Amino acid sequence: MRIVGRGRVDRTITVPFTFDGRRFWGHEGDTLASALMANGVRMVGRSFKYHRPRGIFSAGSEEPSALVTIGHGTARTPNVRAPMQELYEGLSARSQNAWPSLSRDLLALNDLLAPFLGAGFYYKTFMWPRAFWERVYEPAIRRAAGPGALSGQADAARYDKAFAHCDVLVIGGGPSGLMAALVAGRAGSDVILAEEDRKFGGRLLAETEEVDGQPGPDWAAGVVAELTALPNVRLMPRTTVTGAYDQGTYAALERVGLHLAAPHPDAPLETFWRIVARRTVLAAGALERAIAFPDNDRPGIMQAGAVRAYLHRWGVAAGRNVTVFTNNDSGHRTARDLRAAGVDVAGVVDARPDAPDSADYPVFAAGHVVGTSGRHGLREIRVRHAGGQRQLATDCLAVSGGWNPSVHLACHMNARPVWHEGIAGFVAPDGAVPGMAAAGAARGLFSTAGCLADGAEAARAALADLGVTVTSVEVPRAEDGAYDIAPLWHVPGKGRAWLDYQNDVTVKDVEMAAHQNFASAEHMKRYTTQGMAPDQGKTSNVAALAVLAEATGRTIPQTGTTTYRPPYTPVSIAAMGAGGRGKGFAPERFTPSHAACVRRDAPMVEAGLWYRPSYFPLNGETSWRDSCDREVRMVRERVGICDVSTLGKIDVQGPDATAFLDLVYANTISTLRVGRVRYGIMLREDGHVMDDGTCARLGPHHYLVTTTTAAAGPVMRHMEFVHQCLAPRLDVRFIPVTEQWAQFAIAGPRSRDLLNALLDTSIDGQDFPFMACGAVGLMGVAGRLFRISFSGEHGYELAVPARFGAALFRQLLCLAEPFGGGPYGMEALNVLRIEKGFLTHAELDGRTTAFDLGLGRMVSPGKDCIGKAAARRPGLCGASREQLVGLKPVAPEGRLTPGAHLFAEGAQAVRVNDQGHVTSACHSPTLGHEIALAFLKDGRARHGRRMRSVDHLLGVETLCEVCDPVFFDPEGARARG
Amino acid sequence: MRITCPLCGARDRREFHYMGDAVYLDRPDPVAPAVAWDDYLHLRDNPAGETRDLWFHEAGCGAWLVVTRNTVSHDVLSVALADGIRGGAG
Amino acid sequence: MARLLVTPATGALPVTAGGMTLSLTDPGCITSLAPWRGAGMALSKALRAAHGVDFPDPGRISTSGTTRCLWAGRDQAFLVGPAPDSAALADHAALTDQSDAWAVMRLDGPGARDVLARLTPLDLRAQVFEPGHTARTLLGQMNAVLSRDAANGYEIMVFRSMTATALHELTEAMKSVTAQGGADPSPG
Repeated sequence: MRIVGRGRVDRTITVPFTFDGRRFWGHEGDTLASALMANGVRMVGRSFKYHRPRGIFSAGSEEPSALVTIGHGTARTPNVRAPMQELYEGLSARSQNAWPSLSRDLLALNDLLAPFLGAGFYYKTFMWPRAFWERVYEPAIRRAAGPGALSGQADAARYDKAFAHCDVLVIGGGPSGLMAALVAGRAGSDVILAEEDRKFGGRLLAETEEVDGQPGPDWAAGVVAELTALPNVRLMPRTTVTGAYDQGTYAALERVGLHLAAPHPDAPLETFWRIVARRTVLAAGALERAIAFPDNDRPGIMQAGAVRAYLHRWGVAAGRNVTVFTNNDSGHRTARDLRAAGVDVAGVVDARPDAPDSADYPVFAAGHVVGTSGRHGLREIRVRHAGGQRQLATDCLAVSGGWNPSVHLACHMNARPVWHEGIAGFVAPDGAVPGMAAAGAARGLFSTAGCLADGAEAARAALADLGVTVTSVEVPRAEDGAYDIAPLWHVPGKGRAWLDYQNDVTVKDVEMAAHQNFASAEHMKRYTTQGMAPDQGKTSNVAALAVLAEATGRTIPQTGTTTYRPPYTPVSIAAMGAGGRGKGFAPERFTPSHAACVRRDAPMVEAGLWYRPSYFPLNGETSWRDSCDREVRMVRERVGICDVSTLGKIDVQGPDATAFLDLVYANTISTLRVGRVRYGIMLREDGHVMDDGTCARLGPHHYLVTTTTAAAGPVMRHMEFVHQCLAPRLDVRFIPVTEQWAQFAIAGPRSRDLLNALLDTSIDGQDFPFMACGAVGLMGVAGRLFRISFSGEHGYELAVPARFGAALFRQLLCLAEPFGGGPYGMEALNVLRIEKGFLTHAELDGRTTAFDLGLGRMVSPGKDCIGKAAARRPGLCGASREQLVGLKPVAPEGRLTPGAHLFAEGAQAVRVNDQGHVTSACHSPTLGHEIALAFLKDGRARHGRRMRSVDHLLGVETLCEVCDPVFFDPEGARARG
Repeated sequence: MRITCPLCGARDRREFHYMGDAVYLDRPDPVAPAVAWDDYLHLRDNPAGETRDLWFHEAGCGAWLVVTRNTVSHDVLSVALADGIRGGAG
Repeated sequence: MARLLVTPATGALPVTAGGMTLSLTDPGCITSLAPWRGAGMALSKALRAAHGVDFPDPGRISTSGTTRCLWAGRDQAFLVGPAPDSAALADHAALTDQSDAWAVMRLDGPGARDVLARLTPLDLRAQVFEPGHTARTLLGQMNAVLSRDAANGYEIMVFRSMTATALHELTEAMKSVTAQGGADPSPG
C-alpha cells in the first residue's frame, strides 16, 4: 500500500511487471519487493523444506524468504532476492518451490509431517538400503525441497571480469562509508567506494534522520556529487564486495545490467571485480536480526528496520495495522514513523520490563509474542506481557531483535568476531584482515553521529598508514541517540519458532543438536543446516548460537561462531567464469600455414593451444585413413611438407652456453661441432625423462635447442631454474624463439631436389650430411636449414622468419607438386614416427626413464647432468622396469590400440597379471598391418615372444609379437642417404 | 594473493608459477649418497608457519624468486631473486 | 627473382569502438639484448653510442627519436626500431632477433585503460603506470608486453601466433566498455 507523500520513488513513471503471470505496476525506483508490497502481495514463495508460505522479510541482500525466479528461457535466473531486484518495465517474476501454485502447493503436506522432518532426519532415515540414496531418496528429496531451478540452457548473456587498484577501498556507502570516502578523496588518495545498493546513503535512505540540517538522503546525494567530481574517486554502486583475500585483494560483484529491461547486448549483466587496495575501510553497516517465537515465519512478519525502509524510501506501508515486537529502542522508531505516516499501530510489544511508554500506541512492557495465525499471511498475534495475555489483530509484525554488525569480510581470513556485550552482538576483530579497519555500525556504533565520525576517523587512520596526513576533519551534525537493548533470542514455549527461514531451521532443531551432543557451533551448523542456505544465515546465525549457548549452558562468546567464508552474497558462476566461454576458454595459437591448411579443408586439431592439420583430404578419399595412408606413402616415396613451427625453440648463447647445455642435457653437447645437430634428452632431477629434442650448434657459443610442442614452456622454465637457482655463475643467456621462426619439415627421397629448386645455393650430401645445420638464403630471405628427420626419411627442416612463413609454405607446396609431393598432417606424421620408433609424449609420459626408453647409454658417464644421480637409483632401471618395445599382431588383420594392456598368453587379463601397456598404435601403410609402441616388463629381453594385448574399454584383444620398436629401416640408411 | 617481485613490484599471483620448497636451491653433490638425494628430492617439512618457497615470475620478468611467507597468516615476509641468493655458487 | 611475401601478424584491424582505436603498428626491428654477466654498464654505454638509448631500468623505456629500448625482463631488454649495430653490441650482450615473434598493437582513446583492466591484473592507474613505463604481464591468458606511451595510449605486444585471440579479447572488452558508457572518469 503506497502512502501519499512518502518515499523517493518517481511516481510519475509507472513500471509494469508480472508476478506469477499477474500484471502489476510499480514506479521508477522500486525494487521487486517494494512493488509487490505496494500491490498488496504478501505471500511470495514457499519455504525450502516444509513449503510454508513466506513473504518479504527484509529490504536488502540478507533476505532469507523472498526468493523468486526472474526471466524466461536462457535468461532465467533462479533464487533472486526480491529486495535486490530493481524493477524494470516488463520484469517477469515467478514464485519458487510451489506446485501447482503458490497458494495451493501440494507439498505443503511436508509441513504436516514436520514432527518427523526435524534436524538430522535425512541422516537417520535414508540409511537403508544403501543403493537407494542415489537412485531413490536423493532425487525425491531434491524434487520436494530446494529453491528455484536453472533453465538447463546455456546462458546467452555476457559477463565480465575486471581488475581495479586503489589506495583506499571503502566497503559500504552509508554514513560511515561516505565520510571515509570523502576524507580519503579530499586528501587526494585513489578511492574506490563500493556500495551494494543502487544508491548511496545506507540507512540514511531508510530513516528520517537529518545530517547537517538536511534530510539524510539529500546529504548523501550532496556527498556523492562531491565524490563524483573528484577525479581520484571511483564510485561503484550496485557492487557487493564478496570476499577479502590475501595481500589486500578483494572480490566484488557489480550488477551491471540486471536492472535493465533491455540490457545492451555488448554490456555484461554482471562484472566480477578483483580490487587491490592498500587500505580498506569496512563500513558494511549492520543487519537487523529477528526474534524466534512460535509461528514467526508468516508473510507479514518482517524486520522492523525493513518496515521503516519501505515506508521512507519507497513510500510503502508494510501493513494497514502494524504491530511491533522489539527488545531495543529501534523498534519504537518503527511505530513512531508509521504513526507519523498515518498507518495504524496496534501496539508495541517490548520485551524489556522498563520499555519506554508512548502516548500514540499501546506498549506491552515485558511482552512476548507467543503465537501468530493467518494461513497465507499474518492476521493476528498473541501477546503475553506484564499485564497478562491478549490477542491483537494485525497484518504486519515488525520485529527487531537488535542489530548484528556486518563483520563477515573482516573474518574472511579465518578470524572470529569479538563479542560486544553493550550491543549484544559480535563486532569485527581488529587487524584480522591486514590493512582493513571496520568503521561505524560494522564496529558496533549505531548512532548516525557516531558513524559519521568513525568513518572519518577510519579514513584518517588509513591515510596516516599510507603517509598522508589529514589534520582537521569536519564531521557533520547528526542524531546521536543511545542504543539500549536487552537480549532476547527466542520466546520459550510450544510451537515451532524459526531461526533460519531459508533452510527451515527451528529453535527445536538447534536444541536437538545440542541434546545429541552436536554442541560445537560447527557441528550444530552441519547437523541442522543452520546458516547453510545461500543467505548464509545473515539474519539468524547469532540467534542460533545464542540458542545453542543456552542449551549447552555456555555463554555466547564461549560457544563461538562458525567460520566466515567468501562469498558474502552469492556470486554467479557465470560472473566468476566471465570471458572463459567459447573463444575465451583458451588462447588459440595459429601456425603460419594455418590459413592455407584450412583452405585445403584439413581438419584442424588441437595440440596444446596450437591448431595443426590432421590430414589433407583429396577428392575421392572417403576417410581419414585414405588420406593418412597416402600422405605416409608420399613421404616414404616422394616428398612431404609439414609445418613444424609449433615445436619449441630456444636460442642459447654465451661463453658458458656449452657448459650449461652439458648440465641440462643428459647427453654430451660439448662434443658437438659447429654446424651439426644432435638429438638430446633432458631429465628431471628425479631421474625421469622430461623432454627430447634436438640441439643445433650454430656457432661456438650459440645453440638452438628444440623442444616438443607441449613442453616448450616447461623446458624454458626448467632451464631458467637450472641457470638462476643452480648455476647462476654460468654466463649464458637464452630466450624462446618459437614464434620468431616458421619452420617446415621437408621429408622424403625427393626433399633435396625440392630444396635445390628453392635455395639460393644448392646443397649436396657432402656439405649438408645427415644432422648438419647452417644458414641458407632463399628468395631474398635469410633462413636456417637443419638436416634432421622425424619420419626416418631423408629430410630437412627449413626455418624462415615467421612473417615469411605463409609464403614459404605456399612456395614449398608449389615446388613439391612436380615431384608428386604435397602437405602431410598430424596423422601421417604420427604413423611415420611410430614406424621408426620415435618418441612423443605418449612415451615420455613423465614416468619413464632413459633406461626404459632404451636411451640409457645417452646419459653420459663423463659429466654431471640434471637427473643423473637420481636416474641411478635402484628401481629406475633393470628387468623389473617396463621397457619400450614394438608390437605387431600375429594375424595380419589384428588390431592394436593405445591404452591396451599386455598379458602373458595363458594369463587372465586382470590387474595382477599386467605386464605393460600400449602407448601408440597405428596402421602402417608401409608394412601393411598395425603396429604399436608399448612398455613391457623386461621388454628388451622378450623380443620374439608373444603377448596378449587387451583393451578392456574397446573390447579388443589381439595376440601380438614383441619386437624392436624400430619397425622400418632399422639401420637408418634412408635418413642418411 | 600478491607477490612483490624485486624487479617488477607487486603483482597478482596469477603471474607466478609455484615450484615448491626453496630446498631445491641446495642441490647435493652429484656423488652425494642416495640418502642426500632422497632428502633433496622427496622429503619436505609441512610447517604451520614460515616457509621458503620457489616461485617463477613466468608471466612477468622470468625471474626465479625465493618467497618467505607464513602459511598461517598468509603474510609474505620477503621476496628475493634466487640468483642473488645462489650468486656465490654454481 | 621471386621473393617471399610478408604476411603481417594481424586480423581485421583497425577496430574502433567508443572513440577507441585498436590498430596494428610496424615497430621495425625488435632485438632482444641480454647483457653478459657484469656487462650491463658496458652494454648501456655501447647502446647510447650506437643507438642513443640506455639499457632501461626495470619497467622503463629509454627513447631516442624512433628508437626505443624496452625493459623486457630479468637481464633483458628489447631494442625496438632500428636494426641493431651488432658489431658494437655483441661483445656486451646476447642479441636475438625477435622482430617476427611479436604482434604489436596499439590501443588508443578514452577508455583504453578500462579495456585493459578487463584483461590484465596490472595496476594501470595513471600515476602508477605512467607514460614511458612498460611491463611484462598477462593479457587474458597470454603473456604480453604492455607499454604506456601517452595519456590514453598503450602498446600491446603478444606472441604472433596468438594475434587472433588477442584481437578477440581486446575487441570484446572494447565493446563492453563502450556499451557501458565508455571510460570511467576516475583513475581507480
